[in-house]
Amino acid sequence: MNSKEKVGGVSGVSNIADEEDKLNKALGEFRLSVHAWSDAAYGRTRTAVVPNPRRVWWLAAGWALGCVLVAGGASAGVWEHHQHQQEMRIAAAHAAGQQRQATQVREQQARQEKEDLLGREDLLAKVDKDVSREVPAAMEPLGQLMAEDETQ
Amino acid sequence: MAMAEEIGAEEFSAVVATHRQQIFRFLLASTRDVDLAETLTQDCFLKAHRNWASFRGESSAMTWLMRIAINLQKDHWRNRRMQFWRHARANAVDLGEASEWLPSGERSAEQQLLARERVRQVGKAVEGLSERQRTVFLLRYVEEAELSEIARATGLSEGTVKAHLSRAVAKVRAELGARQ
Repeated sequence: MNSKEKVGGVSGVSNIADEEDKLNKALGEFRLSVHAWSDAAYGRTRTAVVPNPRRVWWLAAGWALGCVLVAGGASAGVWEHHQHQQEMRIAAAHAAGQQRQATQVREQQARQEKEDLLGREDLLAKVDKDVSREVPAAMEPLGQLMAEDETQ
Repeated sequence: MAMAEEIGAEEFSAVVATHRQQIFRFLLASTRDVDLAETLTQDCFLKAHRNWASFRGESSAMTWLMRIAINLQKDHWRNRRMQFWRHARANAVDLGEASEWLPSGERSAEQQLLARERVRQVGKAVEGLSERQRTVFLLRYVEEAELSEIARATGLSEGTVKAHLSRAVAKVRAELGARQ
């Protein structure tokens, strides 16, 4: 082993020793810090709040009133909604009834018109038939003449 | 077998007075939350009082209490894991903030500053440890417990404790080395 290697070896050992020293120092300081922190936290003054009975009653009354108001508001809202829905249902039923009635009236009118038209056609046909039957047989030659006149 | 019997109020008060501060300190360092540490400390002594009959005196009262504290802490985080605000640790502070409490001693302002920085680095490294590594680390380097005591308190073997401790120290060393 030459002198350079010896120096390197010594400095390496010294480095390791330094590191160990630094580690031990840091761990010791860490322990001291945690102890001091814990002592400070352990010995700190603690405040306990004693509830005032009167204040508690007021608080309870306030909460009760608040609950009643919230429940009242909610139930009023639900009732209002229910009423509104019922009104809507009635209005819809009424509208549907009116529409049905109007449709029925329209159908009836159409049927009536159709019947009237058929009645008129029947009547005209009946009249034509009656008129054609009432021409006496003796008039038939005249009928032929009329036909000839029409051709001329 | 006197320990296995019901404990009297005065005797238990003495146990609380002796160990309360140490249990609180461990829980504070673990949770970083003063209010939570206080609550868990109360729970720890309540549980100890209820189960005092099961304490057989095989280990010291401190080790037994520490075991209860570790389990309570684990239960707390397990329960919180089920909640959606898992990451919302409103009251927890950085462990590095413990550096604010470092006693000044007879050091110069510069030395104090450097010491605080080192404490902050250790705190940061400890926060990054796994739950088990952190518990073992804090018991060893903050509570200065022996490996056998740590093994009894955590329910691990001494070999496992050594392994966890070694990994934890390596991470702390790396954090300190990285900031040099």
